[in-house]
Amino acid sequence: MNITLKCFAGLKRHLPPHAKANAAVVEVGAEMSVHQVIDLFKIDREEAYLVILNGVFVCPPDRDSTILQENDTLALWPEVAGG
Amino acid sequence: MSWTGKLLRINLSSGEITTEALNEQWKNDYLGSRGLATKYLSEEIDPACEPLSPENKMIMATGPLTGTMAATGGRYVVVTKGPLTNCVACSNSGGFIGAEMKNAGWDMIIFEGKSPEPVYLYVENDKAELLPADDIWGTSVWHTDEWLHNKHQDPLLRIAAVGRPAENGCFYAGIINDLHRAAGRSGVGTVMASKNLKAVAIRGTLGVGNLADPQGFMKAVNDGKAVLADNPVTGQGLPTYGTQVLMNVINEIGALPTNNMKDVQFDGAHAISGEAMHEPRKSDGRPNLTTNAACFGCTIACGRISTIDQGHFSVKNKAKYWGNSGGLEYEAAWALGADNGVDDLDALTYVNFICNEEGFDPITFGATVAAAMEMYEDGDLTQEQTGGIAFNFGSAEALTKAVEWVAAGEGFGQDLALGSKRLCEKYCRPELSMTVKGQEFPAYDPRGIQGIGLNYATSNRGACHLRGYTVASEVLGIPEKTDPLTAEGKPALVKAFQDITGAVDSSGLCLFTTFAWTLDNIAPQIQAACGSQWTADYLYEVGERIWNMERDFNLKAGITSADDTLPERLLTEAAKTGPAKGLVSQVKEMMPEYYQLRGWSEKGVPTDETRKRLGLKDQG
Repeated sequence: MNITLKCFAGLKRHLPPHAKANAAVVEVGAEMSVHQVIDLFKIDREEAYLVILNGVFVCPPDRDSTILQENDTLALWPEVAGG
Repeated sequence: MSWTGKLLRINLSSGEITTEALNEQWKNDYLGSRGLATKYLSEEIDPACEPLSPENKMIMATGPLTGTMAATGGRYVVVTKGPLTNCVACSNSGGFIGAEMKNAGWDMIIFEGKSPEPVYLYVENDKAELLPADDIWGTSVWHTDEWLHNKHQDPLLRIAAVGRPAENGCFYAGIINDLHRAAGRSGVGTVMASKNLKAVAIRGTLGVGNLADPQGFMKAVNDGKAVLADNPVTGQGLPTYGTQVLMNVINEIGALPTNNMKDVQFDGAHAISGEAMHEPRKSDGRPNLTTNAACFGCTIACGRISTIDQGHFSVKNKAKYWGNSGGLEYEAAWALGADNGVDDLDALTYVNFICNEEGFDPITFGATVAAAMEMYEDGDLTQEQTGGIAFNFGSAEALTKAVEWVAAGEGFGQDLALGSKRLCEKYCRPELSMTVKGQEFPAYDPRGIQGIGLNYATSNRGACHLRGYTVASEVLGIPEKTDPLTAEGKPALVKAFQDITGAVDSSGLCLFTTFAWTLDNIAPQIQAACGSQWTADYLYEVGERIWNMERDFNLKAGITSADDTLPERLLTEAAKTGPAKGLVSQVKEMMPEYYQLRGWSEKGVPTDETRKRLGLKDQG
């Protein structure tokens, strides 16, 4: 199934070559958890500090049990801040 | 101990310059900078005074760690009564002039009265004099800076100045120091110009010492620097992407105010983000961002230095804007960009350059343009008012014209210089001003981040993220993650952030250290500099005292609990997209608990018990 993967700041290097504006439609297996998708793209789980699925933060304890659905958007950042 | 113990008092009406010892009791109660200067202001002026009258005073103040080797110890503040808000104003700036002032031997400079002629203050250590500014009155900050450096033949002279909008009475003019650092909000520059004071130029060579425990200070400071270096935010994220890294984050969670807060997500967000600033432009192959930059003593270096494509319409045939200058921070990029629906990064950078060159607040300016664009699209304004320009959302041309008009005080720029509250009242659409107590919101929508809405509503200087940045917790997970969509627990979170910020702002350190430091990292540095009584617990108490003192000032200035709210749009028009879809701000529901936690009455007034606990005067 397809999802949109977004990797920002220092995580951009994990996106496939066809990515534009820090986002790419990618194919992942059915029933994959947030952590499994993060692993699939060889992203360090700890470095993916801010994990936002369809706009909502996924807490670290929920990243194994949260299963992605077709056309979901998973956005990832390292620990960042501003203001 | 770390304080110089001296202040300069400048009576602009008479030209008299005197020196005073710092009030010992007050510095022990209020630390320095924001807290101490607000104490002086509260004692010396009637809070009900007209902000642009000679009765108002303006205080430039450093903290005890300003000018020391503490990381980020370069901050200074400008405290006065703000014309934009009619509340207490405290605008904090980095750069180098704060440390220079301390090196010249001064904790504070108090300006009072009004000079009969334009003047600037020149300080060289113990020498302080008012000199004629006729040759630079009516010119920009950048011109003033160059003129003063040439006149005094001193490249290390540090300068803070106001531009033409301040002189013209623009309600949100700031004071720019070191060319592109700003005491930017609430119209502190307008107050300075109202006193016929064009600039403050300082050279200090005395050094900053007087530390309680020099050896302990070295250790505490080095420990603190190690924490900043090892932290992913202060060690990597902020230096690389600056505050602009937030543009995509806040858009993704559906809390990026767009088109005058009609929407909470902006299609063009990526094009104006921190990531986009790194990408080569299609036109000239160079990225917008040239490098990062640091203020005095800073080991984070979040500042942005940018260029504009020389072929961009905004700078065609304007070579003075082709070089490197202060680039976009997140708040400016949001206010100028998303809030106006403009996704042209170079246009936003040009507007930001002008805000620095002429000295006015890009947040209030951007949000005022946004209100004007909504009124234009609703038919309340026509091209007759807007200088023959179509003033639609998304128009980079309208935005760049608007900034030039405000800079020069021309045409529709005179309306835009009012700020959104007065502008919307003038054209009979007061509900379109996205302000609290007259000051425009920063870049976080209270429908998608509930705690920040309560902070906006209660901020003592009008809507402001820097008075209690709960976004750190609600969105970024610092120090721990809370749910941005719920109001539960937010009154306590807001109070904690507000009180801690009051202490940090009074130390001379930058608030950005708190992405890595807690008061437990900061207290040892202040203790080694100022004495053992400055524990983390005491700093927290000082922050709370400062918050209540500022509240008292505002109550005496005429603010009531009715002013502790948000614009109707945020209370009744639900977010249309994203996780907050269907939600409005729950600020009204949160307010009673907030007042209770503060120890205030139902009318938002500190109780006698609270005053006694914090050592505050009775209200009278």
